[in-house]
Amino acid sequence: MRIKMKRDLSALVACIALYLLVMVLMETEVIGSYWQLNIVLICINIILAVSLNLITGFTGQFSIGHAGFMAVGAYMSAVFTVKLGMSFGAGILAGAGAAAILGFAIGLPTLRLQGDYLAIATLGLGEIIRITILNIPYVGGASGLMGIPRYTNFTWAFFAMIITVFFIKNFINSSHGRACISIRENEIAAEAMGVDTTKYKVIAFTIGAAFAGVAGGLFSHYFYIAHPASFTFMKSFDILTMVVLGGLGSISGSITAAILLTFISAALASYPEWRMVIYSLMLIILMIYRPQGLFGNKEIGLKIFSRILGGGQHGAAQNK
Amino acid sequence: MALLKINKLTKEFGGLKAVSNFNIEIDKGELIGLIGPNGAGKTTAFNLMTGVYEPTSGQMDFDGKSLLGLKPYQVTQRGIARTFQNIRLFSDLSVLDNVKIAYHFHVKYGLMEAVLRVGRYYPEEDSIEQKAMECLKMFKLDDRRDEIARNLPYGEQRRLEIARALAAQPQLLLLDEPAAGMNPQETHELMKMIRWIRDELKLTILLIEHDMSLVMGVCERIYVLDYGSIIAEGTPAEIRNNPCVIEAYLGEEVH
Repeated sequence: MRIKMKRDLSALVACIALYLLVMVLMETEVIGSYWQLNIVLICINIILAVSLNLITGFTGQFSIGHAGFMAVGAYMSAVFTVKLGMSFGAGILAGAGAAAILGFAIGLPTLRLQGDYLAIATLGLGEIIRITILNIPYVGGASGLMGIPRYTNFTWAFFAMIITVFFIKNFINSSHGRACISIRENEIAAEAMGVDTTKYKVIAFTIGAAFAGVAGGLFSHYFYIAHPASFTFMKSFDILTMVVLGGLGSISGSITAAILLTFISAALASYPEWRMVIYSLMLIILMIYRPQGLFGNKEIGLKIFSRILGGGQHGAAQNK
Repeated sequence: MALLKINKLTKEFGGLKAVSNFNIEIDKGELIGLIGPNGAGKTTAFNLMTGVYEPTSGQMDFDGKSLLGLKPYQVTQRGIARTFQNIRLFSDLSVLDNVKIAYHFHVKYGLMEAVLRVGRYYPEEDSIEQKAMECLKMFKLDDRRDEIARNLPYGEQRRLEIARALAAQPQLLLLDEPAAGMNPQETHELMKMIRWIRDELKLTILLIEHDMSLVMGVCERIYVLDYGSIIAEGTPAEIRNNPCVIEAYLGEEVH
C-alpha cells in the first residue's frame, strides 16, 4: 500500500514539475498566446474526456449528452460570477453542483435503458438542456451570456484537470469503481454479486456530469461568453471521439487523445475545409487497425512519469 | 428450522406456467440436487429464488425472512450466491478482480475515503486483497491471479465462477449446471470439490444438474421437477426407482 501512496506522490510531483515547466515557457513567451489558448483547451478537454470515460468507458453506459452538462456548468458558473458577483471558485463549484444535480435527476430514469436506447435518450437530453437555455432570456437566450470576466488561466485549468484525473483514477481503483466496472463487464453477474447496479450507474453519471460542469465553467470564463451554439451535440461527439480514440476504460488514453485531437484541430485551424476530412480519416484508420482505441483499457503515462521521477523501482507494477 | 422454505411458488409467463406449485425445504448444511428434463423450469426456479424474476404467487422464506420483492443484489446480500448455466464472468478483468468484486457489499469505506485514499481505504483494500487471494488459493487459481478471465480454460472459468460466488460469503450456494461442458475427469474433480466446500465451509448447497452421475454421487436429497412442479423427492436411491421420475425422463411404458 505504501507503494500506491509513493506512486501517487511521485505522479503529483511530476504534475507540478510539468506545471512549472509550462509556466516558465509561457512567462518567457516561448509558448505564444495562440498555443497558450490551446493548452488551456487541452486541460478542459481532458476534464471532459476523462469524466465521460467514467460513464461510457468504465461503467459502460453509452452517453452522448455530455455537452449538455458542460453547458449547465458554463451558464451556472457565469450566473454566479456575473449576475451574483460571487468569486470564480464559488462559480465553478456551483456549476459542478448544478450539473451533478441534473445528472442525478436525468440518470435515475434514463439509466434503466441500455445500449443504443440510452445513447438516443442522452442525445435528446443534451439537446433539451441546450434548447431550454436558448429560451431563457435571463442568461441571454440565443445571443448567449456575454461579458463574462476571463478568470480562467492556465493555473486554474491545469489544477482542475489534475483534481479531475486524480478523483476519477482513485474512484476507479476502489471497491466503488470496481462495482462500476463490473456493470460494464456483465450487468447480470454484477447484480448476482451484490452490486446495486442502478445506484452505481447513477453515481458514475453524477460524478461525470459534475466534472463536465467544471469544464463548462472553465470554458465560459476563458472565452468571455457562454453561447448555446458551443454546446450542440457536435461537442458531445467531439468528447466521445476522444474517449473512443484513447480507449474505453483508459484514463491515460483519454488524456493522450484529448491532447492529440486538440493539437490536430489547432494545427489544422488554417485549413478549416480540410480539418474535418483529416480528422475523420484518422478516426477511420484508427478504428480499422485499433478498434479498442489507442490504449485499449490499459493505463500508461503516469507509470512512465513515476519511472522518470524516482519511482523507478516500482515502475514494473501497473500504476494505480 | 429450514434455511430455505419455498411454498407454492408459481411463475406465469403470459399463459405459460413455467413454475407452478413449487415446494422445497432445505435445512442448514444439506446438499440438495434439483433435476428434471429440459425445459422443466429448473433455471426459472433459480431465477425466482434470486430475484431475477418476480413470482406470480407463493412464498419464499430464507433464514426466517421473506425473499419476495427483493432485487438480485439484495438477495445476494442476504446470503444467497449463485453461478450461471452459461458462465458469466467479468471476462475482461483479471482473475483477482473478478473475486474482489464479490467483497464489494461488505466494504464500509465511503466514496470520499476512496477518492482521497484516507481512513478505512487502505486497511479495507488490504484485507479484500488478502481474502481474495485466500479464496483463489482454495480453488488453486492463485497462480492465475493476473490472467484475464476470458483467457482461462473452460474448467478453470467454471471454478473461478464458483470461487467468486463463495467470496460473497453466502449461507446458501446455488449452482446452475456446474458440470455443463466438462469431461468425466473434470466432473469427478468438481464432485469432490462441491462436497469439500460443503464440509469445509459449512455451506448449504442447491444444485441443478443434468449429469446423473454427479447428482446421484454427491447429493443427499434430490427434488425432481417436471412441467414446473415437483413430482418427486427423496434420496438418490429412492429417486432412481421412482416410477414417476422414470416416466418423466423416459416416457410412459406401453402395455
